[in-house]
Amino acid sequence: MADATMGSAPVSDAPERLTTVDGKPLKAALMAAEAKARRRAFFLVLPLLAFVLVTFVAPIGQMLHRSVHNPGFTEHTDLSDGTQTEIMVNLRAWFDANPPGTEPDEAAYAALTADFVVLRELRAQGAVGTRINYEAPGTRSLFTKTARRAERLEAPFKEAILDVDEDWADPKLWQVMRDASSAYTINFYLAAVDLEKNETGEIVSVNENRQVYVLLFQRTLILSLLITFLTFMLGFPIAHLLATLPLKYSNILMIFVLLPFWTSLLVRTTSWIVLLQSQGVVNDTLVASGLVADESRIQMIYNQTGTIVAMTHILLPFMVLPLYSVMRPINPSYVRAARSLGATSWTAFRRIYFPQTVPGIGAGALLVFILAVGYYITPALVGGSDGQLISNLIAFHMTRSLNWSLAAALAALLLFGVLILYWLYDRLVGIDNLKLG
Amino acid sequence: MALPKHASPLEKIWHYCYLVICGLIFLFLIAPILIVIPLSFNAEPYFTFTEKMLSFDPTGYSMRWYDLLLTFGMQAPDVPRDGSWWSDAWQNAAWVQAAKNSVIIGFFSTILATVLGTLAALGLSRPEMPYRRAIMAILISPMIVPIIIVATGMFFFYSQVGLANTYIGIIMAHATLGIPFVIITVTATLVGFDHSLTRAAANLGATPTTTFFKIIMPLILPGVISGALFAFVTSFDEVVVVLFVADFDQQTIPRQMWNGIREQISPAILSVATILVIVSIALLTTVELLRRRSDRLRGISQS
Repeated sequence: MADATMGSAPVSDAPERLTTVDGKPLKAALMAAEAKARRRAFFLVLPLLAFVLVTFVAPIGQMLHRSVHNPGFTEHTDLSDGTQTEIMVNLRAWFDANPPGTEPDEAAYAALTADFVVLRELRAQGAVGTRINYEAPGTRSLFTKTARRAERLEAPFKEAILDVDEDWADPKLWQVMRDASSAYTINFYLAAVDLEKNETGEIVSVNENRQVYVLLFQRTLILSLLITFLTFMLGFPIAHLLATLPLKYSNILMIFVLLPFWTSLLVRTTSWIVLLQSQGVVNDTLVASGLVADESRIQMIYNQTGTIVAMTHILLPFMVLPLYSVMRPINPSYVRAARSLGATSWTAFRRIYFPQTVPGIGAGALLVFILAVGYYITPALVGGSDGQLISNLIAFHMTRSLNWSLAAALAALLLFGVLILYWLYDRLVGIDNLKLG
Repeated sequence: MALPKHASPLEKIWHYCYLVICGLIFLFLIAPILIVIPLSFNAEPYFTFTEKMLSFDPTGYSMRWYDLLLTFGMQAPDVPRDGSWWSDAWQNAAWVQAAKNSVIIGFFSTILATVLGTLAALGLSRPEMPYRRAIMAILISPMIVPIIIVATGMFFFYSQVGLANTYIGIIMAHATLGIPFVIITVTATLVGFDHSLTRAAANLGATPTTTFFKIIMPLILPGVISGALFAFVTSFDEVVVVLFVADFDQQTIPRQMWNGIREQISPAILSVATILVIVSIALLTTVELLRRRSDRLRGISQS
């Protein structure tokens, strides 16, 4: 902008083509200047973009890769020096040579035995067993047990291995091993929506008593919708009040909305524990006022109620702020005009005022819903067993069951949903319009 | 919102009901935050008001939980409180250590987020910025993507590149989480920024650097500081990423609180909560004052 490449064109020299003082065509000079300005703007953004790509996008991309890639059955990494060794080579060769559904023959069992000898040397039987155990529960001990005796096994191997444990004849186990013999698999996604492959490789739903994930996705969805609705019900009246009061009063009342917004999440969650627990303030007040008997104190925390109440409180400012910024500029004379034309106050509100607030409702509801779907901290602390959301299950698989690929697959599904909502938000509201206080 | 004189009785009743409802909602918003303050002075290890507290008996109140914050983790908490006692508290008390860690991580991640974020916001608010919308969407996404997904991704990535269990790793992670707030506040300040000012500066012979420090910076400073405060609060309140990527002895205040709430919740947590509430009141006041200053600088008057 500061560079003076665009001088006025000397009209007398070149009447048909405009040029700058140094003789360049004006069009080219303008384009060069614009390109330079574009580059300059881009270079300002570049450091941050690179930083976010490295610390944020790359880790998530890698996590997505992990959700379809688990080399637990094909590769062993030595933890002390990091060397990688191919494992289960013989069995994988047999799988490649024989089509799915082939009854495992003597050659298959011989391959398995040879692989077990390698596993025993590498001490990798536990890791391999764990990998298979993800998809065929209860088989990990099979691997450790067989590996212990691998060196003593003699031909015929089929009988020898079945002698160690007859569970080796289970066609389901062989199907799982065949699937795991390729590091790339969609099985973790199947597991994340309560599906699995049966003996012949067809996709079927898992046993009813093991179906948890779809249920949890549903619960996350329903609770998030409920919380969004509650924040709307609570947020609309106060946003309206704040928007219609004179600024000097509304600025003071705004503190009631902004202070929770600025207060630590953990503090707010702690406060709800203090208020709602069975020996807490609310229950004590109810007992003291005689509304509730001392022995029948209401259980309001460490269950779904706790999650709903605490999350509604925490997310309420995210509803009020967008609503307020839409309601503030609404001209009150429209409602007055409606009233003077004979509308009742309810009709005037319903037909004139409310439609003008819809963009704010949309923005607030989408934002609250997006944040609620991925909530982790509050449900983990006050949710008990029936107030957990899908994020808590991801954390469980990350830290307790250590089935990282399943955690990654669940996270990928959640991320996909959130990104769609985010895209929708950008289309409808525009991220530029996101306001904080 | 004054009630017009011609309002019918029904409308009057509704109007007062509406005010009561609003009052209750404001109570719902603020009561949980304020309730912890008196309770943190409880002399008993309970989470409710004892009878002594309700009758304002001074013996019902005490500072014991604040004292515990200092003594917990000390080597010799019972010796007389002289210089060596305080240096022991400074070096060994668990909460003091956590506070130090939180401040260090918060400080550096704020600097990182603010510098990078402000530069990017300057670029993003130029009309000629290419792919503006897409880049903005990427840069804001750390605020939208569920924290557990961020933490999971960082856990895998950091353990591979050797950043796990390091301060640098946590600082980078927290900076990433704070960046959206910096971008949002600074771009909001730059909306309506009068670009003829920079052109005038250039016209008068200022270099781009001079223009930035003498013209642009003073005008956007309130927004930058608000953004920095947001970034600091984000880091200061962040627990999930710390749980996933930090070393066991890298305790921060939120992590310590998280452990406290999960295992054995004691009123000491309430005294920490009270301190944090006071900190957030101070931050909110600062941001509000800055916002007014920014509006004044940009010529938007408060009617």
